[in-house]
Amino acid sequence: MNSVILRAGARYLAGLLLLFSIYMLLRGHNEPGGGFIGGLIGATGFVLYAIACGTADARAALRLTPEAIAVAGLGLALLAGLSAALFGDAFFTGQWLFIGETEDDKGLPLSTVLVFDLGVYLAVFGSILALVFTMEEEV
Amino acid sequence: MSARDIPAATGNGLVGILPVLLSAAIFAAFASLLPAIGMGSVLQWVIPWIPSLGISFAFLVDGLSLTFALLISGIGTLVLLYSNSYLAGHPHYARFALFLLAFMISMLGLVLADDLILLFVFWELTTFTSYLLIGFSHGSEQSRRNALQALFVTGAGGLAFLAGLILLGLAAETTRISEILAGGTAIQDHPLYAPILILLLLGAFTKSAQVPFHFWLPNAMAAPTPVSAFLHSATMVKAGIYVMARMHIAMAGSDIWMWTLTILGAATAVYASMLAVRQTDLKQALAYTTLMALGTLTLFLGQEEGYAMTAFATFLIVHSLYKAALFLVVGAIDKATGTREVDALGGLGRFMPVTAAAAGVAALSMAGFPPFLGFIGKELKYAGALAVTSEPVVIAGAILLANALMLVVAGVVAFRPFWRSQAAVTRPIREAPWPMLAGPVLLAALGAAFGIYPDLLQSALVTPTVVSLTGDVGEARTLTLWAGVNLPLVLSIATFALGLVLYAIHPKLREALIEITARIPSLDRGWDGFMDAIRRGSEALTHVIQTGRMTDYLAAMFTTIVAALAAGMIWGGLPGLTPIGADLTWIHLPLAALLLAGAAQTAFTSSRIAAVAALGVVGIGTALVFIYFGAPDVAITQLMVEVLVVVLIAIVMLRVPRLKAAPFRPLHAIIAAAMGVVTTLVLLAVVSVPLDRRLSDFFEAASWPDAYGRNIVNVILVDFRALDTFGEVAVVVVAALSAMALLRGGRSSEGER
Repeated sequence: MNSVILRAGARYLAGLLLLFSIYMLLRGHNEPGGGFIGGLIGATGFVLYAIACGTADARAALRLTPEAIAVAGLGLALLAGLSAALFGDAFFTGQWLFIGETEDDKGLPLSTVLVFDLGVYLAVFGSILALVFTMEEEV
Repeated sequence: MSARDIPAATGNGLVGILPVLLSAAIFAAFASLLPAIGMGSVLQWVIPWIPSLGISFAFLVDGLSLTFALLISGIGTLVLLYSNSYLAGHPHYARFALFLLAFMISMLGLVLADDLILLFVFWELTTFTSYLLIGFSHGSEQSRRNALQALFVTGAGGLAFLAGLILLGLAAETTRISEILAGGTAIQDHPLYAPILILLLLGAFTKSAQVPFHFWLPNAMAAPTPVSAFLHSATMVKAGIYVMARMHIAMAGSDIWMWTLTILGAATAVYASMLAVRQTDLKQALAYTTLMALGTLTLFLGQEEGYAMTAFATFLIVHSLYKAALFLVVGAIDKATGTREVDALGGLGRFMPVTAAAAGVAALSMAGFPPFLGFIGKELKYAGALAVTSEPVVIAGAILLANALMLVVAGVVAFRPFWRSQAAVTRPIREAPWPMLAGPVLLAALGAAFGIYPDLLQSALVTPTVVSLTGDVGEARTLTLWAGVNLPLVLSIATFALGLVLYAIHPKLREALIEITARIPSLDRGWDGFMDAIRRGSEALTHVIQTGRMTDYLAAMFTTIVAALAAGMIWGGLPGLTPIGADLTWIHLPLAALLLAGAAQTAFTSSRIAAVAALGVVGIGTALVFIYFGAPDVAITQLMVEVLVVVLIAIVMLRVPRLKAAPFRPLHAIIAAAMGVVTTLVLLAVVSVPLDRRLSDFFEAASWPDAYGRNIVNVILVDFRALDTFGEVAVVVVAALSAMALLRGGRSSEGER
């Protein structure tokens, strides 16, 4: 699509959407959001960029191939599930670490659940982009 | 690409050496178990796998499995060392080493497994890895055909085998092999004994290439020679033998066991020896002698008597040693001269003295001359044959004939190429490099050493193996070179006489045999027709089911859904439907109007892009419904998906031709209407039953304390039901990758696939 306005706007919109998608990913455990939604939003940003500036530019901006991102996400999710074995728990049991925990405050919660959600994010993000880019190029 | 087109190189670097070291370490580990097993202990190692079904990763080391494990890992090490030289510089050597190592480990798992299901897993793994190995030269059509044939025959046998194992597990009420064997012959009184036996034997006979399933084995010689040496002499084809031997305590003794194994084993042995003598290709000749050996082993397993059991254990080891050595020698000859045709070879002894010596020793063992282990093996074979209860004369006669023919083949393979005078040497012939000599020399030397000192073998392997077969240490007979003048010795001398006579008239004999065997039908001749029939059948079926038109598929799918839902409602009866309208508020009306308008526009527009946009309206209306009813996560997902779907469909739609003036399609209209009606009815039926809040209550209560999250939807996704999510994400990734592959139309950035 050849539109100067869209092209100029897409650059900023894509960045914003990507930022927003990470925000959605991170807040997902307590507020509406999560890896699936985050991945969809992030992918939308790049889809917009690809429509405005072409898939070649979008691929270059992404640096990694989307299919590699998708498979890496799947692997990350699997690792997050397997890591429970290190603690002697069943597959996919969430493991938590609360940094700076006090009596009334849980501190900064880190968990394999977050890693898993990140894997979901990357898998969804990569899969959609792989599909859209290929369609743009091949159809 | 054949091996000899490859430029000379010394090896394949680390990829070549690592597998050798690994398998040598495995061999050493098994060898360290020898003293314990020789003392009569049995080692077991169990971890649970599927406890609800009583299936576990159970492994067992006793005399029988240790004998096999040592043969597999020992010959595997030598073959890997040999291959590193034989296939030096081959572009796919890493792949080859991986296949060979994977096969070796599967085979080790098979002989060590102490659980029926585990046994089957390894059984199938050996089938699969050997398919990859036989078809390693995948550029050749013949090679692909023969690999597929081996896969089909052994795979089909594998299905029967699985059925037999499951029945056996049910009948014995345990899947642990050691427990079944501990029950002794109790299984033979079970009504399922005959079907179990037949199914297991089908698996074993296809795997071990017994008549009439023998045809795939000689064809499998399409594999590189080291593979033939490993798979088709020492290991894979003996998997069937191993299973029969493993089950011997529990299964043997019945008439059906004895007669089946005796008759088919003897038939295989004699028939294969005839086919072996007929061959002019060295490797093919060896392939058929392997069949003969397998037949003989099967024949002995049919018996129960101590001599037969000792003969089985000894011949198993003898055969692996000399056959692997001879295969490797043939590979060396092939590599040095570029041919395996016996009539084109001669006089190699001057150029390849070490190879010639190894071949000579191995062949003397094969022909059964003293003082080699083969002689002891042969004496025991006669003793075993004379001890059989059924038809000792016929069996001993069959073995006599087979052994005499074996002597002929030994001469043809290991004597003629080296010592027959032959003037025309067309290319400079060099001795094979040391890695290619190590295997044949070591294996041949072992055959000689064990022949002179049979006690070594007796206490370490033969006696423990006989104990595994019979459960009685008293059944093990003594291995000895000189047992005095007795009937087996007389038969041995008769064998030599007959064999030497046959060797003298070998060319005429071969012609006669070619004529005779050509008249015997073989399943191989019908094979290609059979495969073509399968291919044509599936093609015809595919054309019926797959029309290639999306609308046909969708129509079929929706019709099926409508029919299933309608049938369910008619069958089960509709519950009393809640009347609509009672709790409608003003906000419902614009939402419903939006959805309906979008749907109507989608159905009636003649522009594709308008239809896509209208479909997006329906989706966004649905998202609004989710927001209104308090499911923001679902709503956001819905919105995002809707946007992406519009983009995806628009990409496609912009590039396909415009619709013609929308034709009215009554059939599709009926399907769509019916779909709407049944879906509405189902939804009304669903809301008319009281909502079961047990799960909602649980997640509301457990989400924060157990999973530290307040967003229940996400906590369910990433924690409580994380495995489901993982599965779904995997489906998403696989779907995207498949769609990519489809869109690219099979083009790939890789040069070779």
